Amino acid sequence: MSEPVLEIRDLRKSFGALKATDGVSLDLRPGQIHALIGPNGAGKSTLIHQIAGSLKADSGTIRFLGEDIGNLDMAARARLGLARSFQISSLAQEFSALRNVMLAVQARQGSSFRFFRQVTRDKDLTEPAMAMLERVDLAARAHVPAAELSHGERRQLEIAIALALAPNAFLLDEPMAGMGPEGSKRLTTFLDGLRHEAPMLLVEHDMDAVFALADRISVLVYGRIIASGTVDEIRSDPEVRRAYLGEAA
Amino acid sequence: MPGLHAGIRSVIHVLPNEAWTGLLFTALLIEQLLNGLQLGVMLFLMAAGLTLIFGVMGLINLAHGSLYMIGAFACATVAAATGSFWIGLIASLAAAAGVGAIIEVAVIRRLYDRDHLDQVLATFALILILSEGARWLFGSFPLYLDIPLLLQGAVPLPGGGQYQLYRLAIIGVGIAVAVGLYLLISRTRLGMRIRAGESDREMIGALGVDIGTLYTVVFALGAALAGLAGALVGALQSVQVGMGEPVLILAFVVIVIGGIGSIKGALVGAVIVGVVDTMGRFLLPSLLALTMPASQATTIGAALASMLIYVVMALILAFRPSGLFAAQA
Amino acid sequence: MSRETTVNLLLALLLLGTPLLAAGLGEPFYVTLATRVTVLALAAVGLNLALGLGGLLSFGHAAFFGLGGYVAGILATHAFNAEPLFADIPATTSMPLIWVTAAAVAGLVALPIGAVSLRTSGVYFIMITLAFAQMIYYFAISWPAYGGEDGLSLSMRNAFPGVNTAKPLPYFLICYAALMAALLLFRAIEGSRFGSALQAARQNGTRLAAVGIAPFHIRLVAFAVSAMITGLAGALYADLNRFVGPSMLSWHMSGELIVLIILGGKGRLFGPVAGAMVFVFFEYVLGGITERWQFFLGLILLGIVLFARGGLLGLLSGKPRHV
Repeated sequence: MSEPVLEIRDLRKSFGALKATDGVSLDLRPGQIHALIGPNGAGKSTLIHQIAGSLKADSGTIRFLGEDIGNLDMAARARLGLARSFQISSLAQEFSALRNVMLAVQARQGSSFRFFRQVTRDKDLTEPAMAMLERVDLAARAHVPAAELSHGERRQLEIAIALALAPNAFLLDEPMAGMGPEGSKRLTTFLDGLRHEAPMLLVEHDMDAVFALADRISVLVYGRIIASGTVDEIRSDPEVRRAYLGEAA
Repeated sequence: MPGLHAGIRSVIHVLPNEAWTGLLFTALLIEQLLNGLQLGVMLFLMAAGLTLIFGVMGLINLAHGSLYMIGAFACATVAAATGSFWIGLIASLAAAAGVGAIIEVAVIRRLYDRDHLDQVLATFALILILSEGARWLFGSFPLYLDIPLLLQGAVPLPGGGQYQLYRLAIIGVGIAVAVGLYLLISRTRLGMRIRAGESDREMIGALGVDIGTLYTVVFALGAALAGLAGALVGALQSVQVGMGEPVLILAFVVIVIGGIGSIKGALVGAVIVGVVDTMGRFLLPSLLALTMPASQATTIGAALASMLIYVVMALILAFRPSGLFAAQA
Repeated sequence: MSRETTVNLLLALLLLGTPLLAAGLGEPFYVTLATRVTVLALAAVGLNLALGLGGLLSFGHAAFFGLGGYVAGILATHAFNAEPLFADIPATTSMPLIWVTAAAVAGLVALPIGAVSLRTSGVYFIMITLAFAQMIYYFAISWPAYGGEDGLSLSMRNAFPGVNTAKPLPYFLICYAALMAALLLFRAIEGSRFGSALQAARQNGTRLAAVGIAPFHIRLVAFAVSAMITGLAGALYADLNRFVGPSMLSWHMSGELIVLIILGGKGRLFGPVAGAMVFVFFEYVLGGITERWQFFLGLILLGIVLFARGGLLGLLSGKPRHV
């Protein structure tokens, strides 16, 4: 089996007495979509925050492309190619959709200390950014400020920004949230096509999407992974059914 | 510290050589420590109000120094009219709390939902209005306030020095206020509401508390503490327009060091700032005098000492960016 | 041409035309008043870079303004007394050299101040920048070599090659040229890659970090560039008044710079220009009517903050556009 892109070992994080992450280990391998499921409050977002670098783990290791990234800040991890979408859209609200993507293009090119050339006339930025918007079907809304986009459009924009980073792995935190059945279906198909660009750690509540996409599922309850396996293994795991799926049904 | 000793001696020539015994040095040191403590206590009175207002209402109030000034003017005016410092002191509390309540109702409560920029600008505007208003009412000449008869005189210090009774009384008042605030916040219904307001504004609404009144009361309480500080210091210095601003900025340093929103932080920060500032001004010129001529040491030492607390602030922030006792995680 | 561009052009022409006319009519006082507007606007353009574009509410920009002023004053004093600065480095009365030094000193001081302050945000940032400025203020007061509390008078204005700087109009034109250059620089930065990152840092620092750009570095560079422009303005201000004193470093000055920006319109290219015009106008007109003009300035400012957000340019040119 190939080396994991992302390798997490015995990660721990507490808030006071609450163990939000309690000895989590998991791997994300090339070409894989690894879904992370669990009831509300299980610590899924806390885990994503620690991987992305917006929270610091108390102990444990996070290796990305073989490198220990536990002490890097969020920006440094992103530069290594860890692209992240947020549970609640996090965009530069006053900027247009296009300029939001251009920011990612500029970040990838590592050229933020240029003071004179005007970005709106800079084809090195506008063209790749527009291409990303086209990929997520948002080209027609390119010049609309992010604040005026609909909820679904903002989620599409988040994906376009992540794509523009040409990442080595995606961390997607509930990309389907609030999308509606039609939107979820389209996004599922779209994400399915992305698995060959980079592997994906996917936190998601939409079980149809998870079962359709995931190569591997880990179930997180009270900060611990109680089961990890293929879709079929997880579906038939009695403990998972009791702890989680049963509760949902 | 024989070397330091020699340094001090070379700076202060007025005293005869034979007076420079270890005992006298100890007395001087104790005196300066007490002065630092007294400055710290005064800063605590300012900082406690600022940090409380920020913790409960999320407001940065630049006009807090004006309330200090109002307290001093009220005390000086009423004491002059009645001949009693104590009536003046009560007047200072009433005036500062009253003006604080009026300001809160008229202006401040419109700012709670605004960003810091609007809060800074509006309270900056209040400073202009209150300072110029005070100059209008009282003129540009400073007023003077006498130390009350009861607290005149001095107390002997170990080592042979003496210390002003009034300054000791200020330290006592500060300690009493710190204990009082602790009891108020931990033991009373108002305190419970304040703590609830710090952690969750929705919750105090749910508790059936009238938030508007709570905010006015907290603001007036902070204002009264500032007014008290102004009145107490008024008897040590002159009472004049603009007297609150240097103190306000020191109080900012205090709450930045202590952690914004934390009363405990305000107390610790105030003592650190008071003692470091005072001891720096006392010791730095002497220390420098070991390596350079005395006159030069006095100038350079004074200039460096004026920067010392800011350096301390920067060092503390380098290790703890949200202060020693950050209130929020 | 958009409405904002038209308004901006009119403001630029008004600021240029008024002193030209006043000089023609033999009213040098108004030329000096226009120079004051120009230099204050320049200082605020610097702050606008940090505050308007970067959302960095620095309450300590008087430090950089004053440092620029002291650079001009100290260099001129040494040159006048024919004393070298340190060791063998000679002082100078050449304005271009003084400007470069003033901007460099302001920028170099801004780096450590920014490095500490920018580790924090919100109210902490406001208070810490204020505290550092105050530190420099107290240092200036307690350091007697350059006037201490009394400040430092310049016996004559510094020199600019080929220009008689002692006359009001030529000096105004120098300041006006500096302001226009700074505005061009501001506009270039606003639309550049750096400016995009800076504005994104204001709108959503987490988003910026998530694409791999560390907001801290962007903000720190912006803070230093901002300080350099304000420092340059300080040098011009010292030459305008032929005086530099601790009042240039005072926190009132920091407050006034913020007020200028808000009066004009935060983050708008010509916001500082419009704001400085309004401010000096108030100061002059109210100051002519009553000694208590600061009282009324306070009332007006309070009214603007509470009821009329967006400043003068918000009124004249409508909402800002982002493309």
